[in-house]
Amino acid sequence: MNEISWTLVLVLAAGAYTCKVLGLVLIGARTLPKVVDRCLILIPAALITALIVKDTFSVGQDLVLDARALGVGAATFAAWRRAPLVLVIVIGAAVTAAVRAIS
Amino acid sequence: MSSLGGMPSALDLTPELRRVVSASVTLGAVVGVFGIVFGVGAVSAGGSVLQACVMSLLVFTGASQFTAVSVIDGGGTTGAAISSAMLLAARNGVYGLTMARHLDGSLARRLIAAQLTIDESTAMATAQTDRRERATAFWITGLSVYVFWNLGTLIGAIAGSSIDPETFGLDAAFPAGFVAMVAPHFSTRNGRLAGVLGGVICLVTIPFVPIGMSILCAGVAVLVGVRRP
Repeated sequence: MNEISWTLVLVLAAGAYTCKVLGLVLIGARTLPKVVDRCLILIPAALITALIVKDTFSVGQDLVLDARALGVGAATFAAWRRAPLVLVIVIGAAVTAAVRAIS
Repeated sequence: MSSLGGMPSALDLTPELRRVVSASVTLGAVVGVFGIVFGVGAVSAGGSVLQACVMSLLVFTGASQFTAVSVIDGGGTTGAAISSAMLLAARNGVYGLTMARHLDGSLARRLIAAQLTIDESTAMATAQTDRRERATAFWITGLSVYVFWNLGTLIGAIAGSSIDPETFGLDAAFPAGFVAMVAPHFSTRNGRLAGVLGGVICLVTIPFVPIGMSILCAGVAVLVGVRRP
């Protein structure tokens, strides 16, 4: 089983700061081609949705359907009804825990 | 403008700036809750309290940190965790391009501003109408998120060491938090397309690629942006 290592923490720290400095300080107000801009701005939508799918429907390389699906489903409904962020998280965790407790 | 180059002093707050400051601080406090979830997740993925805290202090970009922890917790390698997390961290560079037009000051000040260039500070700044409000929103949001995010991480990491995350459904708190995080990105047609496509790509690649790499595969979905909105 892999664990969080100092390599991970420090490489990520250096990499993340490099990205920030590149944008704000080095490239600055220069503009990128519009098409690049349009693609980069979609990174969170694509990757975060992928993370939701992975954290909800998989264990390692296996696809599974368990209590998390109902919890995250409830959280999605809450977010769609514009519930505050804290409530979305609490609903996701609470529904998952409740389904686990009764099954 | 004050001598602090956009950072307001306590004495000259107009009602408009006061509104910006209070919204910024509130946002920071909300992000603190995410910090708690992150802290719990980091220790349950085998990290120490110190590693969780150093990560929040130095990496300081929530989605990347969550990604790294989630990949490791799922059994992925350090390499898979870093590459997926870096892809998400790259967007802070894009935010920097936007913020460079609105912030001024010395190199040292901009190097500090760089660390605070994240989703929340950029969103809050670009939502303002004049230059001074934008700078105020950026700095106050960035600093308050920094304080609360790190405080939350510490609390979560300490609490996480003494509870079983699954009993409380905390493993689902991660994806639930992501749902709340991604919701604003679904407000545009391209955002929805990229999101759905990314999710589907991830789902179908999970059984076939090393753990965590399915997130990277989903990155292909950003090519939706080639087409005009």
